[in-house]
Amino acid sequence: MYDAPTLERDVTEAKTKFSARNVQVWYGDTHAIKDVNVEIEDNTVTAFIGPSGCGKSTFLRCLNRMNDTIDVCRVEGDIRLDGEDIYDKKVDPVQLRAKVGMVFQKPNPFPKSIYDNIAYGPRIHGLARSKAELDEIVENALRRGAIWDEVKDRLDAPGTGLSGGQQQRLCIARAVATQPEVLLMDEPCSALDPIATAQVEELIDELRANFSVIIVTHSMQQAARVSQKTAFFHLGELVEFGETGHIFTNPEDERTESYITGRIG
Amino acid sequence: MPATWIVLLVLALAVTGYVLGRSRALKSAGGDSRNLHSLPRYYGAHVLLMTLVPALGALALWVILQPLIVDNAISAGLPDSAIPEASTRGLVMSDVRRVADGLDLAVSEGTISAEDAASLRPEFNNIRDRLGEVGVALGSDVSAPVLKAAQEYRRASSTASLLMTITVLAIALLGFGYALSRTNGEFRARNVVESGIKALLVAAASIAILTTLGIVLSLIFNTLEFFKLYPAWDFFFGTTWSPSFGGGSELGILPLLWGTFYISLIALAVAVPIGLFSAVYLSEYAPRRIRSIAKPLLEVLAGIPTIVYGLFALLTVGPLLLKVFGDGGLDWMQAGTAVMTAGLVMGIMLIPFVSSLSDDIINAVPQAMRDGSYGLGATKSETVRQVILPAALPGIVGAILLAASRAIGETMIVVLGAGAAARLSMNPFDAMTTVTAKIVSQLTGDADFASPEALVAFALGMTLFVITLGLNVFALYIVRKYREQYE
Repeated sequence: MYDAPTLERDVTEAKTKFSARNVQVWYGDTHAIKDVNVEIEDNTVTAFIGPSGCGKSTFLRCLNRMNDTIDVCRVEGDIRLDGEDIYDKKVDPVQLRAKVGMVFQKPNPFPKSIYDNIAYGPRIHGLARSKAELDEIVENALRRGAIWDEVKDRLDAPGTGLSGGQQQRLCIARAVATQPEVLLMDEPCSALDPIATAQVEELIDELRANFSVIIVTHSMQQAARVSQKTAFFHLGELVEFGETGHIFTNPEDERTESYITGRIG
Repeated sequence: MPATWIVLLVLALAVTGYVLGRSRALKSAGGDSRNLHSLPRYYGAHVLLMTLVPALGALALWVILQPLIVDNAISAGLPDSAIPEASTRGLVMSDVRRVADGLDLAVSEGTISAEDAASLRPEFNNIRDRLGEVGVALGSDVSAPVLKAAQEYRRASSTASLLMTITVLAIALLGFGYALSRTNGEFRARNVVESGIKALLVAAASIAILTTLGIVLSLIFNTLEFFKLYPAWDFFFGTTWSPSFGGGSELGILPLLWGTFYISLIALAVAVPIGLFSAVYLSEYAPRRIRSIAKPLLEVLAGIPTIVYGLFALLTVGPLLLKVFGDGGLDWMQAGTAVMTAGLVMGIMLIPFVSSLSDDIINAVPQAMRDGSYGLGATKSETVRQVILPAALPGIVGAILLAASRAIGETMIVVLGAGAAARLSMNPFDAMTTVTAKIVSQLTGDADFASPEALVAFALGMTLFVITLGLNVFALYIVRKYREQYE
């Protein structure tokens, strides 16, 4: 767990990974995201917090264009990954999603074996040239997902047969296996018990070494524990964005303070 | 009194019962429905049900049983001498019934008076002509015993009808009185009505089950009858099908089964890929607007009667195939009716079946699976191939098996499209026939139901039933197993 966050936070001066400018999202006629500007740094855990329906998940899904799969959803504005506009016509959303992995609220392992679950991404992106290489990728991913020791003897067992916490770590390992640059996590612990949550949080902190991690969460304690930067969304607006320690101890906006102290939300 | 009148009377009584029961209950509670155990309408419904259900049940039972009992009684009274040679008691009895019906008709039209009808004698009155006048044609002159039996039949029937009227009305009145006498504020009418409704539902379910049981039993008995006349071994393993009503038929099922399976196989080869691909398109690729138009259109195919498909096979597909594969072309095909013709058309018939079921099953795959796959950077077709289809596979297999049992049971398309020749051949452009088509041809026309040539239809039906039942059970098993996966 993260014990002395503030010290380390000041040290990390990472380069910008995602930069969003004037992002608007509509679901049909509903204006779900209003004019969001945010810079997300590499090798940082960024937490999106806010009450239900405030648009934090929607914004997260804009970052790997998962909203494309929803017919009525319309995204405007400028979102750049490493300076490249991801909504440009030349960008293939499929390739983008290989770079920007995603872990969902509910663990969603495929009805395949544990091995095939992890190998799914590397296989479709042709990351392994031989079976041995694939084995290695799978093992590494499972180790990174902190689940290797629990499943190494039953890689052929179905992934759906694992417990909820194991399934979620399997899904994280699955996302890691495609070697993304950014990992998006949409309330990854909401379906987990406290022990599994602790394991996943620990994992998130380790993943920071290699990825930029963006996590949507309802738990403010969780945001405080795992993140370096926090963004507070309210009614589709990005109200406040800054150092996690700063937001939680000394919020500038009144709404942020109300939310953090439990008066709204 | 005709049954319609009885029903109307009982209904009227029941409605009166509803009103009376309701007001009686209210009165017993001093006009305040809050003092009653149940809502007032339950007291009314209680009387209504008690009047209606037993009386109508008795009526239905009586209507079914009366002809059987009267028939048996009259038939037993027929002297053996009244049965001509080369005829049976059953045939004479049908004459008797016909004369009796004719007399009824003549009386109701006024050409014969009621007394005359009861006392007519064949020696003096030309009965055949007089019945012919009212439109009842008889094959031969009416003999004295037949006429006598017919008159007895009429007498017995009318007595029985009178008895029926009295009994049914009595039961209705009894139920009415009993229910009304029980009605007071303490009476738990709501619970009684509830259990009455449950009993009605149970009765409906058991009728469905009993009917199925009856059909299966009649199949089994007739099949056993057939196997007494024809060896089972020859039936199941004979390779020739050549029935002849003069005797000496060879009734081997193998050519028919082969035809059935060959045609079904071609049908499935057409229906499964097309149906499955269109299901994948509709559920995964199609924009909502196209889906809302295309899916109902596809399902219209399922609403076309199979005889229309048969016409299509006979008039369009057959000649078309003949042009390509027949004399002028590749010379594989002799005539428009062939396994290929029927198979193709049957395949088209099955497309909506496969696509509609598969579409439902694909839609039942949780969105989380798709999100997971897209989130890893998979394309649509990769997602469909590697995640959705494997997840939906058991359900799709179930859909295909259901389609297969439809194909095996299909008749009209085969009759019109595949010809009538029972043969064992590998050439899909040969005419062949199926089990169902042969059942039709064995039972149409004047057949003696005691001969193996007619009874074989039951054995064929039984075989088919066992095969499709097996397929259906297997399909249901697979579909059920699949369901458990996501719940």
